[in-house]
Amino acid sequence: MMKDLAMHIMDIVQNSISAGATLIKVTIFESVKEDTLKLTIADNGKGIPAEILEKVTDPYVTSRTTRKVGLGLPLLKQHADSTGGNLTIDSKEGSGTTVIATFGLTHFDRQPLGDIAGTMVLLAGANLKIRFVYEHTTEAGEYRFDTDEVNEMLEGMSISEASVMRFLKEMINENLKEIKISG
Amino acid sequence: MGQVKSLADLRKIKEDLQGKMSLRENSNNPESLVQIRVAMATCGIASGAKQVMEFFIEEFDKRNIQAVVTQTGCMGYCFAEPTIEVTLPGQAPVVFGYVDTKKADDIIEKYVKNGELVDGIIPVNYETIEKK
Repeated sequence: MMKDLAMHIMDIVQNSISAGATLIKVTIFESVKEDTLKLTIADNGKGIPAEILEKVTDPYVTSRTTRKVGLGLPLLKQHADSTGGNLTIDSKEGSGTTVIATFGLTHFDRQPLGDIAGTMVLLAGANLKIRFVYEHTTEAGEYRFDTDEVNEMLEGMSISEASVMRFLKEMINENLKEIKISG
Repeated sequence: MGQVKSLADLRKIKEDLQGKMSLRENSNNPESLVQIRVAMATCGIASGAKQVMEFFIEEFDKRNIQAVVTQTGCMGYCFAEPTIEVTLPGQAPVVFGYVDTKKADDIIEKYVKNGELVDGIIPVNYETIEKK
């Protein structure tokens, strides 16, 4: 089972990678006023055909061939639903997919955010050709991480170097702390 | 409280690395490096593939082994997650199942360093029931 939101992110982003995305944007928006936490994963991959789109939260629907079940989106939907939220998927063939999961921010069943910094850095390090953008907004402010900016700074050196990954994870975590993200 | 890190601080990391990189050989030729692919689908993630992947990246760096660690999808061995595929230079890939950080340490010390096989290998001729 997924223990935190970061694990869901790692999972759903793999769908975007399989869909051939070159830009994957993860956005988290926390609203204390509305008591919601909105997670958006948007990509520019090949999109989901309309007839499949209606069925993607069915565990017995998957595009892969190595096994017959696909639990990524159903698990995320179950988690969102259990906190009084919901899951919506918007997709257009040829232009990309956007998955939006809304959670009750202070709902007892909302899982913790988990290691989002580590997850983003691992994804960036393992998929050097994909641009990852991560934005997190709280009442205290917002933080934006963009691998294009990182690569510009690195001038040809790889994000996948262990010391770079270690630094980026610390940097993201410090900045998330500044905007006082939820646990 | 100290200054919050920003991308500008990355410059120092980069300079340190450049010093190290010039000492490395073959760093531009992935064929000559140890390659690890961590299965990172729903089944792998739920079983702790992220920790295993972080462990490999950190430990290869600490133990000074040149390696490329990337992700792959589900290889169909969901029962044995986390699974990883290890390719030593010039050799056929070997898939290991039930890899936790302890097993990962074994794989580095025995298989990657000395070519000794360790428990948990999933034979490549393994067939699922459906294929039979």
